[in-house]
Amino acid sequence: MKLHEYQAKEVFARYGIPVQRGVVISRPDEVDRLDLRYPVVVKAQVLVGGRGKAGGIKLAANPGEARRHAQAILGMSIKGERVTRLLVAEAAKIEKEYYLAFTLDRAARRMVAIASAAGGIDIEEVARATPERIAKHSVDPSLGFLPFHARELGAAIGLRGDHLTAFAALAASLYRLTVQEEAELAEINPLAVADGKLVAVDAKLILDDSAAFRHKDRPTNEEMTDLERAAREAGLSYVELDGDLAVIGNGAGLVMSTLDVVAHFGGRPANFLDVGGGATTENMTAAMEIVLRKPGVRALFINIFGGITRCDDIARAIAARPPRVPVAVRLTGTNEEEGRRILEGAAIHAFIGPEEAAQEAVRLARGARS
Amino acid sequence: MPILIDERTRVLVQGITGYQAEFHTQRMLEFGAKVVAGTRPGKGGTAVHAVPVFDTVAEAVAQTGATASCLFVPAAAAKDAAMEAIAHRLDPVVIITEHLPVHDAVAVMAYARAQGVRVIGPNCPGLTSPGRCKMGIMPNHLFRQGPVGVVSRSGTLTYEIVAALTRASIGQSTAVGLGGDPVVGMSFEDALALFGQDPQTEAVVLIGEIGGSAEEAAARHIAAGFPKPVVAYIAGRTAPPGKRMGHAGAVISGSEGTAASKIEALTAAGAAVADLPGQVAGLVQARLRA
Repeated sequence: MKLHEYQAKEVFARYGIPVQRGVVISRPDEVDRLDLRYPVVVKAQVLVGGRGKAGGIKLAANPGEARRHAQAILGMSIKGERVTRLLVAEAAKIEKEYYLAFTLDRAARRMVAIASAAGGIDIEEVARATPERIAKHSVDPSLGFLPFHARELGAAIGLRGDHLTAFAALAASLYRLTVQEEAELAEINPLAVADGKLVAVDAKLILDDSAAFRHKDRPTNEEMTDLERAAREAGLSYVELDGDLAVIGNGAGLVMSTLDVVAHFGGRPANFLDVGGGATTENMTAAMEIVLRKPGVRALFINIFGGITRCDDIARAIAARPPRVPVAVRLTGTNEEEGRRILEGAAIHAFIGPEEAAQEAVRLARGARS
Repeated sequence: MPILIDERTRVLVQGITGYQAEFHTQRMLEFGAKVVAGTRPGKGGTAVHAVPVFDTVAEAVAQTGATASCLFVPAAAAKDAAMEAIAHRLDPVVIITEHLPVHDAVAVMAYARAQGVRVIGPNCPGLTSPGRCKMGIMPNHLFRQGPVGVVSRSGTLTYEIVAALTRASIGQSTAVGLGGDPVVGMSFEDALALFGQDPQTEAVVLIGEIGGSAEEAAARHIAAGFPKPVVAYIAGRTAPPGKRMGHAGAVISGSEGTAASKIEALTAAGAAVADLPGQVAGLVQARLRA
């Protein structure tokens, strides 16, 4: 789960990491009541990247200017995400920008600390163009991130004197945050030197969803659409896409491959729903209800390979409530004959091969379009 | 010979009294796996399908000579259970459990490395050596014994492709499900290294998906002189960036983890990459004949 900048900064502040003073607002007139030192930065709170380039971050010298920026940015759409909140923060006189993050290194199966003196820009770009400007430390989980690791990392990006000491303390706090909050990414970009001190000008925090059961105090996940949230509550995995053919399958890899097969035959998936291994009639009923709630769906493709999942359970759900749009079903594996018989009773043909079923699904979506 | 598990493997099932574990213990026994013990703290002295249940792994190992462990323990208790199995050097330790927190997985993998234990999973279907042993949840009836090693990040897609192989009368040496999480124990390279040395295995099917760079690492391993033909399939060519596609690890972050990058790397390494899952069996057949 990705947090908004202002939420991430609240967490950072709890761990003693210096952030600029700022307030979150959702109406332009709230600017008048803010007790902040001008100039301020008005920043759109969205989860997508690239908000600066999209005009979602503006500097204001006085309250009048801040109000005008707030008016312009609130309601703006950035990469499809509507801006409903702004962070108004005291602007820092930035002397130098660094980068610091803890992130998961999947290949090493460890967390890694990444630092650079080339802060304030896309770190992937820095890594590509000037890899020598990036310093890393792979964290041995049995040792943790020790103070000397932090000093070595700071020294490697050219920090000296008070800045080095401050950086080491800040990096130690960020690691403590990463572990205690169970983050997959805790990133400060830029980590600025302003008025001679280090301050987190931006903050990015992605928390591990699997650890949510240990962190009851986390904010609501705003990354998901309403349908994605409804699916999660039903124990199903759902992703919204932008086509017109709804897709249900069992198992993440199989559904991903189903999307590819549909695209291969010229179709456009509307969504992705994984009913999971061992899906029951109830899971399947909920799955069909969710994928068809999406506006603009013209046909449904159900691709089930029955392993632990039983084909007859799936067929019962489809036959009990035939979908409101044309459906192509691929059903094979455990209890396949029984499943096929149930579907035939509801006048629905079940394919055995995934590719012929995908072609039929694409044809159905096209037919419904004309 | 299969890899990792065979007829000598004595399987412990941790969390054996749970609904899924009980169901799959029965299936493993039917497959011919030697499930010799189960654990469930507080239920020691009972039995599941005539398999004795112990309170601790230590007792299970001492009394039954268990050599490997399969975990069906819920996520909140899975780290502890995995550490217990690793402490007693059961090998492999197969973690079926879904939604294991990432920092728990990091700790488990570090301890496993220190103890010299191979971990498979989490969030995986386990592994199957037809005719010899099965640990996990892969459906029994799909398999037949034969020359093809299968290694995959996806469960059902593995079943799909194994079923197609079996229909084409191509059997399998071992099928290994690595798991769909961002942090898993065994990697494609680890599995390839074992298949490379296994006399029964004549070709390998590698099933990857978007997210991370495990397939690119596998491609480097293949390019460095892997001695057997590899047929690959990568799911997620049309997946949008930034979305987790069902598996926690199946996500394109920034420019890393795209299907295109994986397909390019594998093709350049000399693997045959199928466009559709239905083409895999045919590509394998052609390479077995060659």
